[in-house]
Amino acid sequence: MHIYSSHVLVCSGTSCTSKKSPELIKKLEEGIKRKKLDEKIQVITTSCFGLCAEGPIVVVYPEGAIYSNVTLNDIDEIINEHLVKGRIVKRLLSGNNEGNNSYESADFFKKQVRIALRNCGVINPEIIEEYIAYDGYQALGKVLTTMTPEQVIDKVLDSGLRGRGGAGFPTGRKWLFAANAKGDKKYVCCNADEGDPGAFMDRSILEGDPHSIIEAMAIAAYGIGSDQGYIYVRAEYPIAVKRLNIAIDQAKELGLLGDKIFGTDFSFNLELRLGAGAFVCGEETALMTSIEGKRGEPRPRPPFPANKGLFQKPTILNNVETLSNIPIIILKGADWFKTIGTKKSPGTKVFAIGGKINNTGLVEIPMGTTLREVIYDIGGGIPNGKKFKAAQTGGPSGGCIPTEHLDVPIEYDTLIELGSMMGSGGLIIMDEDNCMVDIAKFFLEFSVDESCGKCPPCRIGTKRMYGILKRITEGKGEEGDIETLEELAETIQAAALCGLGKTSPNPVLSTLRYFRHEYEEHIVNKKCSAGVCKELLDYIIIPNDCMGCTKCIKVCPTKAITGKIKEPHIIDQEECIKCGACLEACPFGAIIRK
Amino acid sequence: MKSIAELDAIRKKALNNMKVKKENQGYRIIIGMATCGIAAGAVPIMNTFKEQLEKRNIKVPVSMTGCVGVCRLEPMADIIDDSGNKTTYIMLTPEKVERIVQNHIINGQVVSEYTINSTQAIF
Ligand SMILES: Cc1cc2nc3c(=O)[nH]c(=O)nc-3n(C[C@H](O)[C@H](O)[C@H](O)COP(=O)(O)O)c2cc1C
Ligand code: FES
Repeated sequence: MHIYSSHVLVCSGTSCTSKKSPELIKKLEEGIKRKKLDEKIQVITTSCFGLCAEGPIVVVYPEGAIYSNVTLNDIDEIINEHLVKGRIVKRLLSGNNEGNNSYESADFFKKQVRIALRNCGVINPEIIEEYIAYDGYQALGKVLTTMTPEQVIDKVLDSGLRGRGGAGFPTGRKWLFAANAKGDKKYVCCNADEGDPGAFMDRSILEGDPHSIIEAMAIAAYGIGSDQGYIYVRAEYPIAVKRLNIAIDQAKELGLLGDKIFGTDFSFNLELRLGAGAFVCGEETALMTSIEGKRGEPRPRPPFPANKGLFQKPTILNNVETLSNIPIIILKGADWFKTIGTKKSPGTKVFAIGGKINNTGLVEIPMGTTLREVIYDIGGGIPNGKKFKAAQTGGPSGGCIPTEHLDVPIEYDTLIELGSMMGSGGLIIMDEDNCMVDIAKFFLEFSVDESCGKCPPCRIGTKRMYGILKRITEGKGEEGDIETLEELAETIQAAALCGLGKTSPNPVLSTLRYFRHEYEEHIVNKKCSAGVCKELLDYIIIPNDCMGCTKCIKVCPTKAITGKIKEPHIIDQEECIKCGACLEACPFGAIIRK
Repeated sequence: MKSIAELDAIRKKALNNMKVKKENQGYRIIIGMATCGIAAGAVPIMNTFKEQLEKRNIKVPVSMTGCVGVCRLEPMADIIDDSGNKTTYIMLTPEKVERIVQNHIINGQVVSEYTINSTQAIF
């Protein structure tokens, strides 16, 4: 049997035949023969495709291209373009690309402004040329060939850029300190440790746009007079590590890292250091200790890293997102940057929205956007018609923002006033089903686990606070617990060695500030109205609804339920371990949790 | 790198390479391959795109990119045409990819029910 590589199907249904499809067949066969393709291409007549309104219909396989309204004049083009050159003749296709279906057109993206994430989802991060195509390394070129180090720092200072790693310290000021520090060797470090639970914007930038960080670090190095940089990235980010390594190799190959960059005397080398995922290693002094190859413990400040940092040399440390803003500030200018965001916090911030919200994900918004806009316009509101209760920002160092402050613009200083903080950008939305004591306990437990143990206020204090919270959620809270919590919090804040300890009481203090009544309810009434704290709930059988089927008796692991068949059953509260198995087993909805 | 001129030359060439070209059927396919995409199955999606195109003798560049932020809709792919229109397909499966190649790449018909705008309920 002869095998053809292509088939041209021409419809010979009634409708297409009346629109002269037999003539098309004739012309096709002649044309194919003339091109000596008749060994390879076969013309076949078929029955109705069901597309009569658009007939005559011609379909070409193996591609499966469906041409509609084909006339005799189109045949030569089909033969020359498609059958000879393998290019589909788009104008004859029946389809049309109507409407805008890009992700940018979705509501989720409409209020976003993409600066830090500008290349994420646009370029191929493993191809340096694609970064260069989107103005990559132009800023470095401009800096090295037309600006002095002082001008670079001035520009960053003027832009008002503040650290996106949490504290919001002005980046230009940090660079200026290090530039003024005396030293033969200086270092530029990038904090890619990203320890906040739920935050993943730094990972996203490293995976989607690694060259922007390399470029920014080279610019910073030129500004402060350094020739060596380190990126401290957690080993749990294997794809980010892989793409950073590829990016560094490509930059070296093109001479964008190494010696005499852009034909100047400036040299810069960059290395990765992998962290093992300890939260405290995101703290600047612990991070540097870890890069030095020692156990990642913080050291007292002063001396500040700008004077004595890595290997006791002047050092700057910046967060990934902070750095990703640098090249574009150099290219577009400080004045442009200041038109975005607010006066005190120019630019944008990336948030990882999670929790009780419809559109979870990463969003980049101008500073000063309100929480309400983020939750309702971008986030699409709270699922299942539930009521918003609070938003948690700043992770284990932050706090929560209740409903009455939904319209406060998000920027560094307003969040601090509200008893929370920007943090690295985790934004967890909570609804009426979240218990605030439980939330505080969750974050405190994180701090207890992650405390490095070097200083007693943090090591012992957080554990004591956690113990009290645990008791409260188990229904063993006592009068005076709240006061003890506050006292401990104050001591830890004042006496802890590093930021981890100092900020660890924040989740408790902020929930006490806005939801004190929930603590009191737990302690005094032994109730959790959100229905979260297991020990404070009772499972009860409503006698009128119970049919006496004994299903609950069979599933109860502690034999706490008794009752005769066809008579209402009873749960012995002393024996009940609140596992909820009976509630799930009851076919009549006769068991409730109160 | 010796000079800005050298950088500009690379840029010009790269921009040209990234352009959507006629000999590539006038399309470019870009698949989200950050941690979120890969965890949701972007690798088999990329393979299916390549297989489907090969099977149909069609040359369309398949590239990858980072995360756009809607990780719960991964695996995602953008199809960009030569007039700059971008279509974002979400929650892809190999079966959906087969249909997208057939309908969109070959026949120029957006498969609306797989696009990001089909999720009006969520957005
Ligand atoms: C316990 C603790 C953990 C931290 N974790 C991180 C982190 O994961 N990523 C980060 O960029 N900054 C983290 N920081 C903040 C850094 O100490 C430092 O302020 C920041 O990296 C400076 O960069 P920036 O000025 O660009 O924000 C942490 C701070 C503390 C106290
Ligand atoms: S007769 Fe040709 S499609 Fe119906």
